[in-house]
Amino acid sequence: MVDPSKSPRSGQARPADPPDSPFSVGYTEPKHVQLSANEPFALEAGGSLRDITVEYETYGSLSPKRDNVILICHGFSADAHAAGWDRNVPAGRTWRSKGPGWWDAMIGPGKPLDTNRFFILCSNFLGGCFGTTGPASINPVSGKSYALDFPVVTVGDWVRLQAKLLDVLHLPRIFMVVGGSMGGVQALEWALQFPERVERAVILAASPRLSAQGLAFNAVGRQAIMNDPNFHAGNYYAASPPTQGLGVARMMAHITFLSEQAMHAKFGRRLQDKSKPDFHFGVEFQVESYLAHQGRIFAERFDANSYLYLTRAMDYYDAAQQWGGGDLIEACRRIQSKIMAVSFATDWLYPPADCKEFALAMCRAGKSVTYVDVPSRFGHDAFLVETAPVSRLLRAATGGPW
Amino acid sequence: MPQNFDQLLVDLIHRWNNSTAPRRSEAAGSRWQDPLIEQIIPDGASVLDLGCGTGQLLARLVARKRIRAQGIELDPDMVFQSIERGVEVFMTDLDTGLQGFPDHSFDYVILEETLQTLRRPIDVLEEMLRVGRVGIISFPNFGYWRVRAELLLTGQMPRTPALPYQWFNTPNIHLCTLQDFLQWAHSRNVQINQGHSLVNGQVRPLQTGDDLDAEEVLLVVQRS
Repeated sequence: MVDPSKSPRSGQARPADPPDSPFSVGYTEPKHVQLSANEPFALEAGGSLRDITVEYETYGSLSPKRDNVILICHGFSADAHAAGWDRNVPAGRTWRSKGPGWWDAMIGPGKPLDTNRFFILCSNFLGGCFGTTGPASINPVSGKSYALDFPVVTVGDWVRLQAKLLDVLHLPRIFMVVGGSMGGVQALEWALQFPERVERAVILAASPRLSAQGLAFNAVGRQAIMNDPNFHAGNYYAASPPTQGLGVARMMAHITFLSEQAMHAKFGRRLQDKSKPDFHFGVEFQVESYLAHQGRIFAERFDANSYLYLTRAMDYYDAAQQWGGGDLIEACRRIQSKIMAVSFATDWLYPPADCKEFALAMCRAGKSVTYVDVPSRFGHDAFLVETAPVSRLLRAATGGPW
Repeated sequence: MPQNFDQLLVDLIHRWNNSTAPRRSEAAGSRWQDPLIEQIIPDGASVLDLGCGTGQLLARLVARKRIRAQGIELDPDMVFQSIERGVEVFMTDLDTGLQGFPDHSFDYVILEETLQTLRRPIDVLEEMLRVGRVGIISFPNFGYWRVRAELLLTGQMPRTPALPYQWFNTPNIHLCTLQDFLQWAHSRNVQINQGHSLVNGQVRPLQTGDDLDAEEVLLVVQRS
């Protein structure tokens, strides 16, 4: 979701483990598999896709009984490179040379998601722009990029495609599925769509549906992109992409990842490189400079069309509607996995109350549940930044009876 | 039990003068109630522990009685410790936390040493008897003779092993006596199935006179 090295830190974060560290999974290489070459992959919203490429990475070794699989679901702007260092940085993803995978703090030998014990797999979702088929991919029918001809994809589709990937790899059972933010939403969908395949699900900074406020933020982001003069109804691949609009969308989204408290602590009202204002509409305050920077680097590495599709997947997801005819308790009756739901106190993108409502629905469905609201001032980012409590929870989640 | 105030006063002063310093009634780390609760709860029951602390009791019941366990706790540090023990815990405020739990969705609901810390103890009691078939409640008896004597004779807020806090740092905001509780139970058609008292560090069945003798009590209750 967020590049953790650019986020305000809580102070307990350790420096990244270099590839030769005993705590690092070392050098990694993305793997690719072709799915649905013969029969089309039908999509929830209608339509279908053929010849889907899925990019994924794995760490650790599969046990002989194939019972030690942990599936990591990544968030909005992340990719399948969850841990370790690229042996060869994939084309167009130069930022990856600067640090390890996005959840390296949690994944590795002796780390909370311990590669000495578990076979860990992370795959890039459908519709994104980091290796798995998405709107920038070539449409086999037209020979050009799909652009907006790409079908609408949903969280349900993502999970069904991941399940197909696991089928191909002969991994019928998942010991634990875990993710944060949109990754948490996928973890929940896994427990609902494939109750018999998932033993444990850990859902961080996510909820069964996005709030009206969340929908509103996404709507503004999409408008920023679609109103960029370079957008050309999504057909910009041969020309200049709508980086201005995408940058603005990201600036606004970035506000939703932080909290008022965290932003105040990091920037306050301080001016950027000056002691008094110049009275113009350029960058004056530090927070403006920071957001502009975040928008710029994001626009360089992300595909605007993917942004549209992914926010829509986020918008449409409603676990109660999908699995309980509108009744979340009914939906929860399907779940057979042990559930750990974790919210972060100052998260206003997936607010604690929504996560708690899900946990309560589990109780109402007659199931035991673990729900924690982690005290934090880091807003939505907390699921990546608060490494100490998240480590404790993940260690417990992979251990003994939990 | 003394019949009038004169007799009660004489009795209290007599006990006060002949008493030694109160000793800790519990072994560190495990509460006197826990073995009793383990005896009361049958194999395979579903158990909700309100204010489950670090999850010690539930972990014990899961291991020895194969119960379906659910804890509720508000303190983040205790919640983490419960999870690390392998106990399923729902982090929420008890004063509102049971709203929406279905009627009789647990065989047993436990409220151990927590009643007196609640903002709305009666609401929680009513809720626990709705959500559970049987309630197990333990609390320090504020009618215990030492509590009465200490306030009466020293003029200071009572401190005992069961009530170790100072007036300014106590989490106990709704203390009651055994008599108070029994009166409430009677008025609400709540029947006491069993009672146990902690007297001089020993656990024994509840008896007449325990409003003065019992330092703490454990009651098994049910809506009649």
